[in-house]
Amino acid sequence: MTGAHDQAGVLDGDPAAADGATAAAVRIEDVSVRFRARKTEVLALDDTTLRVGRGEFVAIAGPSGCGKSTLLKLAAGLLRPSSGTVSLFDSEVTGPRADIGYVFQRAALLEWRTARRNIAIQAEIRRMDTGAANRRIDELIEMTGLAGFEDAYPHELSGGMQQRVALCRALLHRPPVLLMDEPFGALDALTREQMNVELHRIWRETGTTILLVTHSIAEAVYLAGRVAVMSARPGRVIETLDIELPDQRDYAATMSDPAFAAATNRIRRLLGAEGGID
Amino acid sequence: MSSNTTASPPTGVTPHARPAASARAADLVDRSWRPLALLLALFLVWWAVTVTGLIQPYLVPSPGATIETLVDNSGYLIQHTWITTLETVVGFALAVAFGVLAAVLIVYSPTAEKTLYPVLLFAQVIPKIAIAPLFIVWLGFGFSPKVLIAILIAFFPIVISMVAGLRAVDPEMLELAATMGAGPLQTFGKIRLPASLPHLFSGLKVAVTLAVTGAVVGEFVGGNEGLGFVILQANGNIDTPMLFAGLIVMSFVGVVLFFLIELAEKLLLPWHPSRRSNAATTAF
Ligand SMILES: Nc1ncnc2c1ncn2[C@@H]1O[C@H](COP(=O)(O)OP(=O)(O)O)[C@@H](O)[C@H]1O
Ligand SMILES: [Mg+2]
Repeated sequence: MTGAHDQAGVLDGDPAAADGATAAAVRIEDVSVRFRARKTEVLALDDTTLRVGRGEFVAIAGPSGCGKSTLLKLAAGLLRPSSGTVSLFDSEVTGPRADIGYVFQRAALLEWRTARRNIAIQAEIRRMDTGAANRRIDELIEMTGLAGFEDAYPHELSGGMQQRVALCRALLHRPPVLLMDEPFGALDALTREQMNVELHRIWRETGTTILLVTHSIAEAVYLAGRVAVMSARPGRVIETLDIELPDQRDYAATMSDPAFAAATNRIRRLLGAEGGID
Repeated sequence: MSSNTTASPPTGVTPHARPAASARAADLVDRSWRPLALLLALFLVWWAVTVTGLIQPYLVPSPGATIETLVDNSGYLIQHTWITTLETVVGFALAVAFGVLAAVLIVYSPTAEKTLYPVLLFAQVIPKIAIAPLFIVWLGFGFSPKVLIAILIAFFPIVISMVAGLRAVDPEMLELAATMGAGPLQTFGKIRLPASLPHLFSGLKVAVTLAVTGAVVGEFVGGNEGLGFVILQANGNIDTPMLFAGLIVMSFVGVVLFFLIELAEKLLLPWHPSRRSNAATTAF
């Protein structure tokens, strides 16, 4: 290992990576993924390319089963591509990566731990300094509005609260990139809006690179700086849209912004041509 | 999230505060009056059939005669109860140790699964009571054959429940552990093992009562100690009051051990769904 990720690209001698401003946080190049299930073979991703710059917020939208989760797992190193290359911060992904934060649709909390201790597992496994970890947990609990619920067990928390715990856990070690797989898909509409506003604020405050998979076109456009639209299986990114909205986004104002309507309509048409989002 | 939804006081987050003593007592009464009423009814039937002479005393002794036997022979009974309890507890503890180890091997190694699992199933099909005489031949009339039968009979439910428990872990939780850089030992200790405990405990409750049976069967087959021996002797002497006394004490041992496991479960797994109060506890 070459040490800090900021230097890794320079040492690799990659000219694009050496240029700090355009250095890619996530780079998925010409990647194909084949799953062998019994006798049939499924081509989940077909020669797909996606790049996410440092500090960018990119959303992925696409029909169900088009390989969105597969794409995210590739970036995390939880899955190996059949062909092509995946790199995070210019170092090739060859196994599970620990320099990320991951959030699933289900909160996946440990039911025998309180909210606070569910967040703390990240620190325990990484053997972080306890004092520093505790201060960081306090900060995150405050930031996500979990204050007062620290000692509740998962079954005592609503879906939105559980997902806040999962988000805190993913942010604890200040990961340079946050991978989120339909994190708000199971929440009711109102809680989902609140979480969107929350996540957007966290992104602006922390500068973390975020790659978010979503079923909701509105969510993708409200949150992201760019939206990657995928085709139905075999999946590939068919178009990437730049969202022409200010970084500071008020929810209600954004909803009535003509640029918002233009972007959602464009995505809806793209997905409509692909058989629609489910 | 707007602050008005999150700043609400966490009123729902108090079910883990200990309920008031009076509430706990009420709960205990609520749970125990039905089985106690049934036991009382059975006792009354027993008393009625003996006092009316419907059944001869040499077949079913009266409750009075049985209680008298229990009291008069308390020293003798305690001595043999101690032996049976010791055999049961030692056998059960060893079955837990071997069972958990076997389950971990089965879950972590496909080779171990392919070799161990079929053999375990085959061994389970053999009636262990039928091979008890063999253990007496091999190991003599002492302590060890009884412990061995208790182990064999208690082992299977422990392995099965522990394997199920270790497999019940959420695959996404394992993926999250990988993104935290967890090694296999950390994943086992912090995720898989605690996740398996509710399953393990349901197996332990079955296993502990089976272990009592195992020890008593061993005493039936050979030896001159333990409650199995007491019952066999009473049977030989057509001493039905003593036979009933032995049965009562034996059931008592099984029930006490069962509740000790329940107590351990309650203390170790306060978070488990079966421990949750019936009241809705969702925070909001
Ligand atoms: N482990 C697997 N084995 C076989 N097929 C899989 C596996 N994982 C995903 N697939 C298939 O690959 C395709 C893409 O899956 P996924 O990435 O989960 O889609 P999405 O998240 O977009 O709904 C689907 O058709 C799915 O059935
Ligand atoms: Mg998915």
